[in-house]
Amino acid sequence: MTCLPAHTDKKLGLVVDLDTCVGCQACVTACKGWNDQGYGAALSDQDPYGADPSGTFLNRVHSYQVTPHDGGTAKIVNFPRSCLHCEDAPCVTVCPTGASYKRSEDGIVLVNEDACIGCGLCAWACPYGAREMDAEAQVMKKCTLCVDRIYNENLPEEDREPACVRTCPTGARHFGDFADPDSTVSKLTRDRGGVPLMPQLGTKPVNRYLPPRPKDRPEEASLLAPLLDIKAQGLAGWLDRMLGKLD
Amino acid sequence: MKPAPSVILFSTLSGLGFGFLALLGLGLIATQGWPAFFHWAFGYAFAVGGLLSSTFHLGHPERAWRAFSQWRSSWLSREGVAAVATLLILAPQALSDWLGLGWGQGFGVLGAVGCAATVLCTGMIYAQLKTVPRWHHWTVPVTYIAFSLTGGLILAGSGLWAAVACLGLGGLLAYGWRIGDSAFARAGVDLASATGLSGLGRPQVFEQPHTGGNYLMREMIFTVGRRHAAKLRVIALVLAAGIPALATLVLPVLPALILGGAAHLAGAMAQRWLFFAEAEHVVGLYYGRMSGNS
Repeated sequence: MTCLPAHTDKKLGLVVDLDTCVGCQACVTACKGWNDQGYGAALSDQDPYGADPSGTFLNRVHSYQVTPHDGGTAKIVNFPRSCLHCEDAPCVTVCPTGASYKRSEDGIVLVNEDACIGCGLCAWACPYGAREMDAEAQVMKKCTLCVDRIYNENLPEEDREPACVRTCPTGARHFGDFADPDSTVSKLTRDRGGVPLMPQLGTKPVNRYLPPRPKDRPEEASLLAPLLDIKAQGLAGWLDRMLGKLD
Repeated sequence: MKPAPSVILFSTLSGLGFGFLALLGLGLIATQGWPAFFHWAFGYAFAVGGLLSSTFHLGHPERAWRAFSQWRSSWLSREGVAAVATLLILAPQALSDWLGLGWGQGFGVLGAVGCAATVLCTGMIYAQLKTVPRWHHWTVPVTYIAFSLTGGLILAGSGLWAAVACLGLGGLLAYGWRIGDSAFARAGVDLASATGLSGLGRPQVFEQPHTGGNYLMREMIFTVGRRHAAKLRVIALVLAAGIPALATLVLPVLPALILGGAAHLAGAMAQRWLFFAEAEHVVGLYYGRMSGNS
């Protein structure tokens, strides 16, 4: 049923730390790798080794240059983009067949691929570009929050989190329950001022992005300043003093 | 948005068909016997042909029957239900008109309401999408209904009424385009709110996430033809409203019907192509598309 649940017991989702993401694309490949071998249709590629390669991915890492409002040095922000598992998910309600649904137990938004007619309307309804139609299977693919990992008792406990989170070498991705105020994701969101994306569209995304910490300000003294303030000693010190008197 | 030919065909043909069927249902095109048969067959052919062509863009058309199930939440599902229900409700009226069974106008009037509901649902499929600001406006469903009604009146050979409808449609199109051009800016979304980076500064695309194309870019960041938008608008306006209005006022019924009908349908297709090609999806922001200059 494509009506949204009035309440979900858990709100599982991701926190993405834009301060520590280095844009290595490991989450992209880990996601593609895991979702090629189990849940639903494999993520296909078209012309993968040819002149015009294209393929289905559930996670894309953008790269933005951000110029501070006060004109400081521009900085690069790597920005992973995937499904935000919205509380008010427009992709679910537009689905004509009931293939798209949001689980009432944990809030994960999924597609029942056997009922998907491949009309593409859910992808149109998503502001975040989280859904891609697989050109081979002709059904809609999206992030499952690795529903086949997080509850999988055949995996070691440390592997029971989404592939993108497990693989991230800088710990920029965190998985947890936003309905629990004491969870890591809730605390991170509180402490670091985690933001939702395009809140004005009313989708109530669950995932949060942690803004990069301010740095690279030329006017601010470096944290290393005390170490850099080296006083020359001995012969070098004498030379320093003598040369200083010349001008 | 990518203008899929099957969707353009579907919405123009079925819109025209349902408009014509509504007029037949209301008894505004009085026919009996075989002329009635051909009138009804004409309306059904357009409506059903359009509906069938809409399944061509589906990944799995064999599962299309499932689309009748989610009418509680989905405008696309409601459209399917309304279309089939309307075609079924109108059948007894068609039989009655053809065979002179004298069953009154009850089924016809109910079916006409169904026609209006079906076309409204078609418009709402687009108007419900906040992600495409140009579509998220009341003028969209009203324009779909206006096209349906105008097309029906032209094909019904209703002279002055058709000309009045053309005038209304033309005004509505011009207003819709004017409102639509500033819709993206009014929606208030930009790369800063799309990335949540507004506190840090002004974001710009540094590097794209992938060097090849993908589904999102092909489907929603379609930009071909926006260059010719102004010309196409004039063409759509002249063909869909101008020529049919003149034809119905000046020419005798049959030539007016053929020339006006053909021009109107061509204009409707030009308008529908623009409707998709000019519509900008907010996901384009992530790829550095800004409203109006891409």
